[in-house]
Amino acid sequence: MSSLTRIILQRLGLGFLTLFAVSLIIAFVVELLPGDITQAMLGQSATPETVAAFRKEIGLDRPAHIRYFEWLGGIFKGDLGQSLASKRDISEFVGTRLSNTLFLGGLAAAFAVPLALLLGLLAALYRNSIFDRIVNLTTLTSISFPEFFVAYILILFLSVKAGIFPGISNVSTNLAFGDQLFRTILPALTLTLVVLAHMLRMTRAAIINLLSSPYIEMARLKGTRPFRVIVYHALPNAWGPIVNVIALNLAYLVVGVVVVEVVFVYPGLGQLLVDSVAKRDLPVVQACAIIFAAVYILLNLLADIVSIVSNPRLLHPR
Amino acid sequence: MYSRQQKELDRLQTKVAKGSMSRREFLSRVSAMGLGAMAPGLYMQSAMAAPKQGGRFRQGVTGGATSDVLDPGQILDHYMLNVQFGQLRNNLTEVAPSGELVPELAESWEGSNGAKTWNFKVRQGVEFHNGKSLTSEDVVDSLNHHLGEDSKSAAKGQLGAVTSVKADGKYGVVVELSGGDADFPFILTDYHILICPSNGDGTVDWQSGTGTGGFSLVEHEPGVRTLTKANPNYWKPNRRFFDEVETLQIADSSARENALRTGELDAMNNVAPKTADLLKRQPGIVVDVTKGNKQITLPMLTNVAPFDNNDVRTAMKYIIDREQWLQVVARGYGELGNDNPIGPANVYRATTDELPQRGYDPDKAKYHLKKAGFDSLNVKFHAAETGFGGSIDAGQMMAETARPAGINVEVVREPDDGYWSNVWMKKPFSACYWSGRPTENMMFSTVYWGEAAWNDTYWKNAQFDDLLLQGRVETDSTKRRAIYVEMQQIVHNDGATVLPLFLQDIFATNDKVRHPEVIGGNWELDGCKAAERWWFA
Amino acid sequence: MLKLLWTAPLSAKVGVVAILAYAFVALFAPLLAPYGETAIVGSSYELWSDKFIFGTDNIGRDMLTRLIYGARNTIGIAFLTVAIAFFVGGTLGMLAAILGGVYDLVIGRLVDILMAIPSLVFALLLLTVFGTSIPSLVLIIALLDSTRVFRIARSAAMNVVVMEFVEAARLRGEGMGWVIRKEVLPNITAPLLAEFGLRFCFVFLFIAALSFLGLGIQPPLADWGSMVRETATLINYNDITPLLPAIAIAGLTVAVNFVVDWMLHLSSGLRSDSH
Repeated sequence: MSSLTRIILQRLGLGFLTLFAVSLIIAFVVELLPGDITQAMLGQSATPETVAAFRKEIGLDRPAHIRYFEWLGGIFKGDLGQSLASKRDISEFVGTRLSNTLFLGGLAAAFAVPLALLLGLLAALYRNSIFDRIVNLTTLTSISFPEFFVAYILILFLSVKAGIFPGISNVSTNLAFGDQLFRTILPALTLTLVVLAHMLRMTRAAIINLLSSPYIEMARLKGTRPFRVIVYHALPNAWGPIVNVIALNLAYLVVGVVVVEVVFVYPGLGQLLVDSVAKRDLPVVQACAIIFAAVYILLNLLADIVSIVSNPRLLHPR
Repeated sequence: MYSRQQKELDRLQTKVAKGSMSRREFLSRVSAMGLGAMAPGLYMQSAMAAPKQGGRFRQGVTGGATSDVLDPGQILDHYMLNVQFGQLRNNLTEVAPSGELVPELAESWEGSNGAKTWNFKVRQGVEFHNGKSLTSEDVVDSLNHHLGEDSKSAAKGQLGAVTSVKADGKYGVVVELSGGDADFPFILTDYHILICPSNGDGTVDWQSGTGTGGFSLVEHEPGVRTLTKANPNYWKPNRRFFDEVETLQIADSSARENALRTGELDAMNNVAPKTADLLKRQPGIVVDVTKGNKQITLPMLTNVAPFDNNDVRTAMKYIIDREQWLQVVARGYGELGNDNPIGPANVYRATTDELPQRGYDPDKAKYHLKKAGFDSLNVKFHAAETGFGGSIDAGQMMAETARPAGINVEVVREPDDGYWSNVWMKKPFSACYWSGRPTENMMFSTVYWGEAAWNDTYWKNAQFDDLLLQGRVETDSTKRRAIYVEMQQIVHNDGATVLPLFLQDIFATNDKVRHPEVIGGNWELDGCKAAERWWFA
Repeated sequence: MLKLLWTAPLSAKVGVVAILAYAFVALFAPLLAPYGETAIVGSSYELWSDKFIFGTDNIGRDMLTRLIYGARNTIGIAFLTVAIAFFVGGTLGMLAAILGGVYDLVIGRLVDILMAIPSLVFALLLLTVFGTSIPSLVLIIALLDSTRVFRIARSAAMNVVVMEFVEAARLRGEGMGWVIRKEVLPNITAPLLAEFGLRFCFVFLFIAALSFLGLGIQPPLADWGSMVRETATLINYNDITPLLPAIAIAGLTVAVNFVVDWMLHLSSGLRSDSH
């Protein structure tokens, strides 16, 4: 077995342990939250008798650890369980939400990652030029606006004034792909503006950091063209930090977009998670959290593999 | 109550409006009813205002969640109220836009035995969406759905006096109460108490969303969207004009307004007061209000110091600049409250002579504070936007106006999440709102009665409770009025609730939407019945 | 230092001046503000005038005053949060890279677990449990941020500790603190600095996002993130009031990052490089 395979398998194993730990933490914290699902579902009308009847019906009168192990048992059989609130099978409705979320995240990534790398490389190449400054200033300004504010501004100009895109992303399962794409562009654009600067700046910084290395100096002294130096000599060694930041931002595009979902009324997983937390619907919270955690773990594993492959010294740690 | 003649007229007018009856036929039928002289006018009225059939009505509303279910007992917020109460199902009784009680699935009713026994006659010839005919069994099981120890219905408290519900033949229902209540038929207008088809074993089928309403369920994605289509056999005359209704959950108010402006919605509820005037100026947008009994309250718990002392409570009632609240919190969309929950849509509301308006008066506050033995007082005001919109701003204004009276108010922002279970009725001084109730008795019984489950101040006043029971069985309206005015005075002077404002509900539509001149004020969007009452021009 | 600044590019000079200006405003807020932080001095949303340069906010407090006090609260909270996050995350990250083995594994796993939980929702959960006082807000955001700093620090330090000079130092028997301070830290300042510049402004944004979801800073404290949230919808009606706090955030972010860029430039040793 090659050492790379061994590392991957090891990391996957650890990933499962992480998921287990995440589910424990979530169960613990949700248990700590004041109030429970019956009170959240009944709102103002939660009288003690009604709450008691409700708790009994959904089995909430049993101790937390017993409910947790039952849930865990179900997971090992591949059963995500049922929503406490709606009694629906979680796997049934989480699927659509997940695919919506991945679609939005994917679209945003398709805009953001190539753009960030390209602009980052160019900014490093022409550092301190007018171009570098403009890119820098624009992206810094765009990330210093809160997401919902960026969204409002995009809606104002591209939707309300110009009328190009719809003001809300009312997507549903029976929509044609083109339609869905069209309605997802505005939220994807918002997210692009939100994550672009971070990746771009890391790319630029990592490359500039390497430019003082002796081997780059050597390449430059040999008279290699600056763009070539950066792409063929600096970039391969800069992948480590860059890929890490890309992975963080990709994870963010899947996991952290609840605000954008709310503004565009986009039925994604984030909104489901926040709703379920508010309602203390633990099995749904668990399902969403586990999916998010898995996405995060896989993306990071991918980032680490890329770093390892790009820096073989990491393959043989002491 | 509809007379038979009015009902027949409604039917004929609907036919004209839909274009399925000629002028000549209409005139001759109306003349036959003895209304010959009025006939041409009635024809014009129905043909001109003729609500047009058709179109997909898209409404963006708040209050939906992914945990929403179709169980009428678990309706929590506007979204499911709109879908179930406003589209899919009917009650036994209905509050008409004018505020009066009219029959819905109950054709008529009669109280006897000191308003303890209630006989309802179920409307005949009504069909559920699945073709099943409505009978007394459906009604009995639907009411029982909210009763009994195992019920987790939110209406359990309101129906607390019900001891038994029995069928009396195929179209009769008898309800027995533990104590007389002349307003019982009003209680049945509650949005939880909807009629669902019986499963035949004492339970009802709420899961399918089947009802007798103007629209049947096509697609329901909880917390996202609901699509319904017109019920071709709807029994109500002159109602239900849209072909389809699409309801979208849109939590963010900017998103709702933008969607309306970009033409993705036809109507929205819950326009934020601060943007209402801006929205009004947009081309093609109509902003309107409903004036109901919606009220914001600041309950003070009487079972803890210092609010166990009425002088402290009275001082608290004087430290709020209500005019300022009206301008800032409601932006003028409301009216001043007078620490009395009986509002503009109630019949026996005390006049300003009977109950002078309380205003901002730091000196009086100081006086009462001194009387209670305090030179100064520190209070924490617990608020969240869930309590009522703008409560945190309002609290900061109260902190400023309370200072001259020697009262230091600290505003504590509580999480929206869990507000009703952890803050309201738990913290000594918090923010709350009530939609109000159609009758004095219901309002007082729900929140101010010493025994009420929602008595959110734990306030108990023996004289008040006595009057409440008297009022329930009093049928003479002059005496009734006297009782309710006295109760309002007691609440105003001794009660533990600061009630600074009544709020209007602001909604907006595009200019293609038409609605009747008088719209319901009991809930947002025309009593939540926009789907069946409105139409497209 | 001053000499160095003299030779700095224009952007860095602008950045330094802007940061000093922000700091000045934050420190002397009570002297600079025309009105009291919480005082209601007019009716709500008054227009810009001589009396209220930027108008008034939703309950009639002077907007300029709120912005000035906002500088104090916002920068204070953000700085404290980021400082804690970098101290904790940076130290643990470097230790993980140097020590490796079980230590790296344990800390790495713990951080992975924390990071695997969506941060906004996790913060929402924790703040609901612990309340939204300023200390708990700072500590919770710092905890979540430190995991990100840890990753950057570890990943950058990993590339350094495999270098010969670190190995040499360890073979020489230098202490852990020495290795971190003298060998590792100087060689990973670039990515850490770049991260610092962004993290700083992410704190404001995080608070703004929290207030969007119904949790935020306790009133009547003014902070820019919540101020954007409160006024944001007005932008839909061509009212630029919400841009004021947003620009305040953006201005500081840009200034901090200009200085960071300059320091990156210095540390990359390309001073003589002319592009």
